[in-house]
Amino acid sequence: LKFRSMRPDGSIPRLEPRIGIFTALIAIVMAVVAVRLYYLQIIQHRQMAELADRNRIRIRRLPALRGLVFDSHNRPLIDTVPSYDAVMVPEDTTDMGRTIERLEKLLGTSGVSARLQQAEDEERPAYEPITVAEHLNWQQVVALETHQLELPGVSLQVTPRRHYLYGSLAAHLLGYVGEVNARELAHMSGYAMGDEIGKFGLERGWEAFLRGNAGGQEIEVDAVGRRLRLLREIPERPGDSVQLTIDLDLQQTVERALGDATGAIVAIDPNTGYILAMASHPAFDPNIFSGGITPAEWHGLVTDPGHPLEDRVIQGIYAPGSTFKVVDSVAALMDHTLTPETTYYCPGGLWFGNREYRCWRKQGHGVLSLHRAIVESCDVFFYQVGIRLGVDRIAHWAHLLGLGKRTGIALAHEKPGLIPSSEWKRKRYHERWYPAETLSVAIGQGYVAVTPLQLAVMAATIANGGTRYQPQFVRQVESLDGTPVRTYPPVVEGRAEIDPQVLDIVRAAMCDVVNGPGGTAHKAALPNVTVCGKTGTAQVVAEKQGARIKENALPSALRDNGWFIAFAPRDHPQIAIAAIFEHSGHGGSSAAPAVHDILEKFFAEHPPGGATPSAPPVPVPQATTVQPEQEQAQAVQDQPAESDSDEDTAQAAISDPDAGINGPADSQPAPDDPRPEDF
Amino acid sequence: MASGFNRRLIYHFDWTLFLLALTLAAIGVISVLSATWSGIHHPLSPLVYHQLLWIGFGLLLMAGSVLIDYRTLGAYAYPLYVIATGLLGVVAVAGHATGGSRRWINLGILKLEPSELAKLALLIVLVRYLRETPPPGGFRLRHLIVPALLLAVPVILVLRQPDLGTALVLILIGVTLIFVGGLNWRTMAILGLAGALVAPVGWHYLKPYQRQRLVSFLDPHSDPLGSGYHIIQSEIAIGAGGDLGKGFLKGTQARLNFLPEQTTDFIFAVYAEEFGFAGSLLLLGLYSALIARGIWVARRARDRFGSLLAVGITAIIFWQVAINIGMATGMLPVVGIPLPLVSYGGSSLIAMMAAIGILISINTRRYLF
Repeated sequence: LKFRSMRPDGSIPRLEPRIGIFTALIAIVMAVVAVRLYYLQIIQHRQMAELADRNRIRIRRLPALRGLVFDSHNRPLIDTVPSYDAVMVPEDTTDMGRTIERLEKLLGTSGVSARLQQAEDEERPAYEPITVAEHLNWQQVVALETHQLELPGVSLQVTPRRHYLYGSLAAHLLGYVGEVNARELAHMSGYAMGDEIGKFGLERGWEAFLRGNAGGQEIEVDAVGRRLRLLREIPERPGDSVQLTIDLDLQQTVERALGDATGAIVAIDPNTGYILAMASHPAFDPNIFSGGITPAEWHGLVTDPGHPLEDRVIQGIYAPGSTFKVVDSVAALMDHTLTPETTYYCPGGLWFGNREYRCWRKQGHGVLSLHRAIVESCDVFFYQVGIRLGVDRIAHWAHLLGLGKRTGIALAHEKPGLIPSSEWKRKRYHERWYPAETLSVAIGQGYVAVTPLQLAVMAATIANGGTRYQPQFVRQVESLDGTPVRTYPPVVEGRAEIDPQVLDIVRAAMCDVVNGPGGTAHKAALPNVTVCGKTGTAQVVAEKQGARIKENALPSALRDNGWFIAFAPRDHPQIAIAAIFEHSGHGGSSAAPAVHDILEKFFAEHPPGGATPSAPPVPVPQATTVQPEQEQAQAVQDQPAESDSDEDTAQAAISDPDAGINGPADSQPAPDDPRPEDF
Repeated sequence: MASGFNRRLIYHFDWTLFLLALTLAAIGVISVLSATWSGIHHPLSPLVYHQLLWIGFGLLLMAGSVLIDYRTLGAYAYPLYVIATGLLGVVAVAGHATGGSRRWINLGILKLEPSELAKLALLIVLVRYLRETPPPGGFRLRHLIVPALLLAVPVILVLRQPDLGTALVLILIGVTLIFVGGLNWRTMAILGLAGALVAPVGWHYLKPYQRQRLVSFLDPHSDPLGSGYHIIQSEIAIGAGGDLGKGFLKGTQARLNFLPEQTTDFIFAVYAEEFGFAGSLLLLGLYSALIARGIWVARRARDRFGSLLAVGITAIIFWQVAINIGMATGMLPVVGIPLPLVSYGGSSLIAMMAAIGILISINTRRYLF
């Protein structure tokens, strides 16, 4: 091959076909490019425009200020305080490793990468802001603000944080909030990732009112997440406030009375069903849930042997012990199995079916009638009553008084407890009911299992003459400007048609439990108010519904649960209480003094007799039972009667002041001990 | 002679090519202005002034190319080639590094990019070699040894930078010239087969980031925050333009920095977002006209050298337009190739205007011989 020098030559036509092929290739490629442009700019335009907007527009939700919660005297219990958090949008972060390093150095923490890892594990989209550090102090806030340009994708966020003013006070009732989870997002509308939602207690139950409506901002950002301008804004609507029926002072008194003990106390207004105070201990501080509980804190709560997350008021299942004798008494009197004059002989035990069922008092109570049997809590007397009544009639009246079924309180996971019957046993165990089992039931043992709230409802029902109210703890929901949004009038759940004479007999006996000679709860007595009550000391039963208890298999080392239920004043009761102290021994020495303190506080603020009822009138027609208003109307006329009872109290106190208080506990072997033992 | 020569030169001056080039350069200035716009209250980006300056230089060089007889280029083909590959060698040793690759020689005001020069030098030297009438049946393998060596030296040096895009363009220039120059069909088939067998080996020598680019090209959404990000953001910008576009200075993808390399490799996306499908078609039409004119010049040229030179210059323009827009629209992998006359950058703009000057020269001189 030899090249000649440059000159025009005749070979140009030889190039023509190849140039033609090249031109055709060019035409095809250009056509393909044009079609591609048509596809992107015409066919895909809408999607692409949306993606471009999603690139540049950040929707920032403005979470609504969560509604406040007040006690019955409008004192705040929960409010909301601002909290500064650092958030990061992974998509906007150019150099993730370096940004994390800088951020951790500025904040002096090391948890940022762990938070991002967690978000990644949850498969959060890269354009979602992720909270990487919370509760920043001022130094951290300033450090972040001044170094914003070196931290692409990181920004400060002011979050309203739920603040429980009194820490663990009424924790189980108030509940707590947390970040909305995937399941809630799927089932509830109007929530976005990162939103706060009520998880437990009032916060959960009244979520719809407390929450309000979130607003939003459309903000234009650049590729590194810098906010450039506000495009659009929808203001938020703050949540409604909730006024509780809980009285802060009384609640604090109740929690002080519980102290470090494991147990629960609940106080109800017997004329309305409104809960005045309720506490379960051990408790938790709901503040640790606000803005994210750490896995370690959560683990600590769920593995705590004291079960602080359990609300014992509605979830604690206990044998009611001798407090159940109130049910026996009402049932037997209404059934005419018993008259006030009927007597039985208590030699300290009762032989039934080849077994001796013992009375707590080994030397026996001798011959006694109902009044003394209640006052001194004789077991043998109620064995006899139980044998004659049969389990089904006991169960009938127990249900009427609110035991063994949910009270209907607006809290999740309330437990129903159990009142056994022959039908229940047939269904549950495919066995007939043995009469001997009725003896255990009669003294509130065996299969019988109730919650503290149920016993409080029973006490309230006896106190008000037979009307069983649904326990409620919210009085009113109102908007931020004070307009009532919703009110909660008392709700009648049921009615126990009890003859007034029968009620009088039972109340008189309960009065003497506290005030009379031989009574088991002198520690609950007050100088100016006639307190009625009943102690109970219940064997520790497996806290499992329907668990079959083998009485003889129970280790005696387990200490008993101490109960005390009460209402006061005797004639126009304003408060009904149930208190349980787990493993504290007999209720007369543990629960009764606690109730004393609570009643003392209550009546210091609600002087008996002269006080106007705080509850609205009850719009409920009543047949045989006494209506609360009528009772209130009779208050003045009843005054002499009340001073009579006061005299009784005084008498008891004068005759033996020390014994009046400490006598039953110290001078006698464990009073109120109904433990039936196998011989 | 001299005056008559000049008069005929002006009389036969190819205004079509000149005006097409100037219009595209103007679109480039507008696009660079838009890509760097930060609001009415901010001064114009210096890049806009730079680009205008390069156009000025480019016009001077274009005028020079028009005045010089293009056949002279053939005489200086080898010295030019040696200088260009030498500069590539200098870049490989002492080049100015940006973003992990050495591509520039810093000359103060201009960061010279020798690979742009290399495109023209390679073109001229190959045309010089291939200007001879091929034997009957076309060039065979043995005729291709010298062109292959001439091609291999700059390609290897460019790949070392590493600059996959320019290497691709160099190869495409060579392939186009050899094909149009008259490659034997059978040889072409054999070479095609050999290429298919060698491709897997070539894969082995790609840098990891280049492989990643190819993989993410196949599925850009596989790594939306990594190398697929560029393609996705570019597609979004182009698609968001719609039929008539968002309007001048109203594109958000570029202004808010979602587009990468928005003044250079992805300048088309900036333009397409603001001027829409209509604008895109206009730009495509301008390029098609320029290319068609280049082909027209090649067909009319009086000599094989001029004809092949015109084909080569047209090929440079065509391949760069096709690869750049193909990349911006997500049809091709992300390789850094400027959009001729539009992308910001002195070296490519000046080289391209000089090349168009050569085209004008070829067209003008067909009346002169």
